[in-house]
Amino acid sequence: MRYLKNFFVFWYDFVIGDDWMVAVGIALALAATYAVARTSVSAWWIVPGSVAVILPWSLWRAIRGS
Amino acid sequence: MNAGALFVAVFLACAVEAVEATTIVLAAGTARDWRSALIGVGAGLAVLAGVVGALGPALTAVPLRDLRLFVGALLLIFGLQWMRKAVLRASGHKALHDEDKIFREQLAAARAADAKEVGVVADWYAFTLAFKGVVLEGLEVAFIALTFGSNQHDVPLAAVAAVSAVAVVAAVGVAVRAPLTRVPENTMKFVVGVMLVSFGTFWGAEGAGARWPGSDAALLILVPAVAVFGLTLVALAKPMAKTKAASHRTASPTSAETTA
Repeated sequence: MRYLKNFFVFWYDFVIGDDWMVAVGIALALAATYAVARTSVSAWWIVPGSVAVILPWSLWRAIRGS
Repeated sequence: MNAGALFVAVFLACAVEAVEATTIVLAAGTARDWRSALIGVGAGLAVLAGVVGALGPALTAVPLRDLRLFVGALLLIFGLQWMRKAVLRASGHKALHDEDKIFREQLAAARAADAKEVGVVADWYAFTLAFKGVVLEGLEVAFIALTFGSNQHDVPLAAVAAVSAVAVVAAVGVAVRAPLTRVPENTMKFVVGVMLVSFGTFWGAEGAGARWPGSDAALLILVPAVAVFGLTLVALAKPMAKTKAASHRTASPTSAETTA
């Protein structure tokens, strides 16, 4: 059981890292891109726009918490 | 993305991680037993080769659009973590990565540990320290090499870039027999972060069904834009670190008096 827990902790730490909200933000941005791309509206700007919000936000949380 | 960009991105990412792994292996070899440490390196490289060998063909079998969505998401998450750390370090909110300090800490821990012989390994501590260092530092690089390579249908070139970086760093490490403190690790991490975020953004959006204006040429705008954005964040965060340091000094004037 301990090995299983360690295994999941390792992969969580490896993929998600220090700020889980970054991963959630990226997942939401890609989901929004998928949804908008199915309409006649251009969708390429959603991911870069999200990065422009997520990175400063994550930095702000890190700076405030340090 | 041309072959040159693929090579540079994978080479830089791999070199940064190889520098960190070299520090750990040097500590294991210097403080304990070189033979056991090198067996650990060999075993770690074998595990990484196994991961690449198993996942490489599997990834190339995935339809390109699905692959780009998955890979784009992964690269974006990795890349934003790298950039976040790089910006925090460059702006003074986080201590710079210091290979010399890490080497000294690893050396002290290695000297304090007990020796144990297991099979052909004379010193199990040196073996596991080197093995873990190689596997943990190498795993992220293996993913970067695989994802970049499979997206460009050129996993062999990505593998050559990764192996070249390891060979160069290992050769320099063996030559100087000391942690590679002169390697501009923090700058390299920033550059790799920019590449991961740029390509992650491009592939992720494309995989989700978006069409980039100018197709692949959009990367020529995206890469410098992400770099400028990162540098702007460094410039904005720097004064906040100075203010925080000043307020810490004001809060504890006695420590300043005693050290003066």
